[in-house]
Amino acid sequence: MNLLLVRNRHAPYHFHMSAIEVRNLSKQYRVYQKREGLWASLKGLFHREYKTIDAVRDVSFTIEAGEMVAFLGPNGAGKTTTLKLLSGLIFPSSGTATALGYIPWERHYDYRRRFALVMGQKNQLWWDLPAQESFRLHQEIYGIDDQQFRRRMDELVSLLEVSPLISRPVRELSLGERMRMELIASLLHSPDLLLLDEPTIGLDVVSQRKVQEFLKFYQSEHKITVLLTSHYMKDVEALCSRSIVINQGVIKHDGPLAEIIERFSKEKVIQLQIAGEVPADLDKYGTVLEAKAPRIRLKVERTRVPATLSALLERCQVEDISVQERPLEEVIAEFFTDTTTTPV
Amino acid sequence: MSLTHRLRVYWLILRTSMAERFAYRSDFALGTLFRFLPIITQIFLWGAIFRTMGSQGGADQIAGYRYGEMVAYYLMAMLARAFSSMPGLSSGIARDIREGTLKKYLIQPIDMLGYLFWYRVAHKLVYYFVATIPFTIVFYLCRSYFPGWPDAGQLAGLFVALNMAFLLGFLIESLLGLIAFWFLEVSSLLFIYMMLNYFLSGHMIPLDLLPAWAQWIIDFLPFKFLAYFPCALALNKYDHVRMMHELSIGAGWIVGLLILNRWVFARGLRRYGAYGG
Repeated sequence: MNLLLVRNRHAPYHFHMSAIEVRNLSKQYRVYQKREGLWASLKGLFHREYKTIDAVRDVSFTIEAGEMVAFLGPNGAGKTTTLKLLSGLIFPSSGTATALGYIPWERHYDYRRRFALVMGQKNQLWWDLPAQESFRLHQEIYGIDDQQFRRRMDELVSLLEVSPLISRPVRELSLGERMRMELIASLLHSPDLLLLDEPTIGLDVVSQRKVQEFLKFYQSEHKITVLLTSHYMKDVEALCSRSIVINQGVIKHDGPLAEIIERFSKEKVIQLQIAGEVPADLDKYGTVLEAKAPRIRLKVERTRVPATLSALLERCQVEDISVQERPLEEVIAEFFTDTTTTPV
Repeated sequence: MSLTHRLRVYWLILRTSMAERFAYRSDFALGTLFRFLPIITQIFLWGAIFRTMGSQGGADQIAGYRYGEMVAYYLMAMLARAFSSMPGLSSGIARDIREGTLKKYLIQPIDMLGYLFWYRVAHKLVYYFVATIPFTIVFYLCRSYFPGWPDAGQLAGLFVALNMAFLLGFLIESLLGLIAFWFLEVSSLLFIYMMLNYFLSGHMIPLDLLPAWAQWIIDFLPFKFLAYFPCALALNKYDHVRMMHELSIGAGWIVGLLILNRWVFARGLRRYGAYGG
């Protein structure tokens, strides 16, 4: 555990152990239930019905300084709500959290100077001005001295390969270019904690890769703490050795992504290349995914893989054989639709 | 944040916003030009009214306004509106709240109302820069309508009154925008405000033309400082004592609305944190 002595202007010296500590955090929203029809709408003017939605339910986790962690889950799982709580945009209904030793929703200026939040779909740059002007404004808002500002900007601009673009009005940039500018703007003050909400959403494959590579490099270089949400498996696989999987406001898994497969995928895929005919009673071994000579693909329960293999080897003239894990996307998709999975 | 740092931030906001506005300078120049159109119809209308009254042997003035003063009033009202009107301020705040762009003010170490204020100052400065020439030409051409130069005290009062119009215009509209924390859609509210403002500020007709009871109500409202009050000063309607009296009432409104803005903003953020985000 990394012990850091943190000087907080309000609380005197205190020991602080993790970058983020979240304990039993819950957030409920009360949403207005709109009814259909004119009469119901009129009634709604006088008597409103509300429904409570649990956006985040009793969530606890700890992130150490210098870790890069992915928050994974389908739309509406509570990823963004958790990020909003950690950036102080909303208050929790119950529970506690500290980030860099601060309580985020107190919105202390000292905390604001030490973290950054990038939302893939929100724009913080001035639309009609070159990104450079927005960077200058950030310099002043965060009180960065000239020398540091220039050094950081040069570093970020060259890493993200946007030097010819920073003097062009932001509205003329492509989405991928704009996203890179957003990243620069939010890293100029050299935050210790970076919260990224869907950083690659809507980007083409090339831009996605560029952003991923950049994040990976920057994080390892500066040892900052990064928490990112995504529903792109590729992002997560490329960037984070640890993933917190959340669904319906509840944490379902916390650990390396590969573990999910071991824990939740009960089946493997056997692939065979055979000479001759495909046996007609193939489906007694497992779910047939493909059965067109010379290829056979079968989904088989983990425990029955050895028995199935020996049976097939006996019956068919096998030329090639492989046993594969199912694709991560598939497992997770299944995992998300399965609401009965017990939480961790 | 130290004061010098804060000033540096606001200075840069000012400069950056000005750069942004100048990106649309031709749109601006055109807008300024067309601002003069409604006043021409007003001049024709009042010309017709005064001519009719004269031809019927009636009085040559209405509530103390001769034809020339009436024209001067509308010119001054236009000038005052150039200070007090805040196009897009309320709706911009409401949009920030509705669409969540408000976030940047909660995440970055910067105060939203301060930021918007300096952004608006920049808008106005750019506007005056573009509009000075057409305004000067029109005022010069219409100089004979004015009752002559006010004395130094009144000129100083006028200067203060115009800046007051700016501050009050800003504070009223930002307050309206902050209502969006509770009601996400404020456009119809804004429309009502615009109509009331047009009437109660003296933008539509001089407030002296209204019946006494209406004037009595208007005296309890801040709107007259947005247009009527600077006009009254420029037309020498107030002596120095009355002027100082009115100016201090205006200053009181500014302090009151500033406190109200801060309070509503803090309450709104608390609500936003509980429900929105």
